[in-house]
Amino acid sequence: MGLLDQRFENSNVLVTSLEGLLNWARLSSLWQMQFGLACCAIEMMAASASNFDMMRFGVIPRATPRQTDVMIVSGTVTLKMASRIKRLYDQMAEPRYVISMGSCSNCGGPYWEHGYHVLKGVDRVIPVDVYVPGCPPRPEALLEGLMKLQEKVRKETLVKKTA
Amino acid sequence: MTETRSLPTRYVTHPGELKTSSGRSLRTDEMIINMGPQHPSTHGVLRLEVVLDGEIVVDVIPHIGYLHRCFEKHAEHMTNYQQVIPYCDRMDYLSSMNNDWAYALAVERMLKIEVPPRVETIRVIMAELQRIASHLIAVGTYGIDMGAFTPFLWAFRDRERILDLFEMTCGARLLYNYIWIGGLSHDLPPGFVEKAKAFCTYFKPNMKELNDLLSYNEIFVKRTAHVGVLPADVAINYGVSGPTLRASGVNWDLRRDDPYGIYDKFEWEVQVGKGERGTTGDCWDRYIVKIREMEQSVRIIEQALAALPEGNVQAAIPKRIRPDSAEIYVRTETARGELGFYVVSDGTASPYRLKARAPAFVNLSVLPKISRGCLLGDLVAIVGSIDIVLGEVDR
Amino acid sequence: MTAEEIHKNLQARFGDAIVEAKLDAPQSFLVLDPKRMKEVCLFLRDEESLQFDFCSCVSGVDYKEGKLGAIYHLASMVHKHKIVLKAFCTVENPHIQSVASVWGGADWHEREAYDLLGIIFDEHPDLRRILLPYDWEGYPLRKDYKVPEFYNGMKVPY
Repeated sequence: MGLLDQRFENSNVLVTSLEGLLNWARLSSLWQMQFGLACCAIEMMAASASNFDMMRFGVIPRATPRQTDVMIVSGTVTLKMASRIKRLYDQMAEPRYVISMGSCSNCGGPYWEHGYHVLKGVDRVIPVDVYVPGCPPRPEALLEGLMKLQEKVRKETLVKKTA
Repeated sequence: MTETRSLPTRYVTHPGELKTSSGRSLRTDEMIINMGPQHPSTHGVLRLEVVLDGEIVVDVIPHIGYLHRCFEKHAEHMTNYQQVIPYCDRMDYLSSMNNDWAYALAVERMLKIEVPPRVETIRVIMAELQRIASHLIAVGTYGIDMGAFTPFLWAFRDRERILDLFEMTCGARLLYNYIWIGGLSHDLPPGFVEKAKAFCTYFKPNMKELNDLLSYNEIFVKRTAHVGVLPADVAINYGVSGPTLRASGVNWDLRRDDPYGIYDKFEWEVQVGKGERGTTGDCWDRYIVKIREMEQSVRIIEQALAALPEGNVQAAIPKRIRPDSAEIYVRTETARGELGFYVVSDGTASPYRLKARAPAFVNLSVLPKISRGCLLGDLVAIVGSIDIVLGEVDR
Repeated sequence: MTAEEIHKNLQARFGDAIVEAKLDAPQSFLVLDPKRMKEVCLFLRDEESLQFDFCSCVSGVDYKEGKLGAIYHLASMVHKHKIVLKAFCTVENPHIQSVASVWGGADWHEREAYDLLGIIFDEHPDLRRILLPYDWEGYPLRKDYKVPEFYNGMKVPY
């Protein structure tokens, strides 16, 4: 709150809209579901490890879907896995967001043509908020995607979810 | 189920079946617990069906295929042999360089291509850097499985250094498409050798730090020693390979025993598990073999960098690769073990059949055998120590 | 031991269980009777001079025109020699005797060959699909395989 401290140094009262407060709280603590699918999961791990430190965005990996806000679909979704992803998504509490990481989960990636067991895009099973292209996307790209999601959350209204 | 149960005495608190005074058995029902496919400590999308008697694992049934990406079908449908390499990258995504090399080697042996000495040396450097990077992930995530978070951050810090080297070489951090049939996609960039040497100097003291923090840590040793013992004869019978096999005391490394590349020119030693902290072939042995292999890899890299010859990085290969109707099985040692490619050619421009013998696939098949009778918590230790990559298990 | 010697050794003991031997190819192989795999393999594993203790790989191949094959790559850690065994069957009668009881590692390889090519390994302890879902239809690595339009309500092609 360094910025605000200087502006409101003589009082500790802030005036904002309820929406603004809720959205600010939400976008600053997007807890991530800790599960990886394929190659992109390694880049996701790299993003949350020392050099990129995703936790500074308030992204904390949680092992259970019921405690998470954002699901990063990191890798190829196969037909066998698709029903599990759907179930995990269903178990997440609203408001929930999905980042589709990598070409495979965007559209099938290199497996689009002959992949008889590959789902061509995770958006065929669950709704996706942000697509991060790349095969695999660099950790910086994932962070960019995360910031895009934060922008999206910032614009949400109580009346209607814009996502 | 009762025949297959062989509880080691360590966990059996009641040698005979407990009975009440009226003679009724006190045995309770078994539980079936589902672990995965999104469990954090299954290292990917592995699903384990665990049959439990209280806390004791009676049986484990692995269910795989959640990442079956049809690698073999793709290989058959490519328009030429070269195009398969990006898919090889994505098979075992932690040791892509080794995969590329294995496939390129198979095709080269089929076409009887000799690659230039500079290529051989660069391939060794890349493969060993990749081995370190892969083992660092294995060690780091194994630390997380055991409840130690710091080693993970340390391992990734060092791994990023290796990825920087790869990135300056071929532009990619994870999936490189660098080793091509008959050579490399392009030469090393200027400054690579110095940077790689600097990495070796930087990395060696960090290994000691990692050992102090994790390897000989009393809590870690208590969690891993005597757990999930894989006897040598079982390991061989199941076709287990790589560090998992060597941890069981089998002195077997394809880099030495089925030579490829120029590994015979360098001085290094095959590391085997000796049961220093527990039994030979336990989880700690599987862990420490990886640590010691990293040290050996650094040794190889330093020698290779010192002896890097000048020259071409692409052998003369036919413009369109069409091997005669033939078949070949070539095996190499990746970070996880014996990666074999069985290539069947029918004289056309793409493989007729390509089968990948993935080390992690075979290593995982021994899991039910060694985890029966352990505690549920130890199952995580065993799965982590086998060091599977699901992209390779399922292909 | 060379492939010729191994072939001679097996020929003397098993006779017509060795259907064919190709010893001049880059990687020489022996073709076995699909119904007598187990006894030959047990001998290969346990005989002192052979000791093929390591089953590297079992691959299924569709050779078109209704012919399927299982290819076994064996190696010996003791003697450091290798041999390739083949067993053929037809699409109408895709039966080959399992060697999962000889080498534990062959278990999953054979399941995979069953899963992707539909080769049925007789006497296999647990012959289920391994990579694909249990309710999958067809064998994808067969050359005449058609990708299904839908699987469980999900569109499969792009």
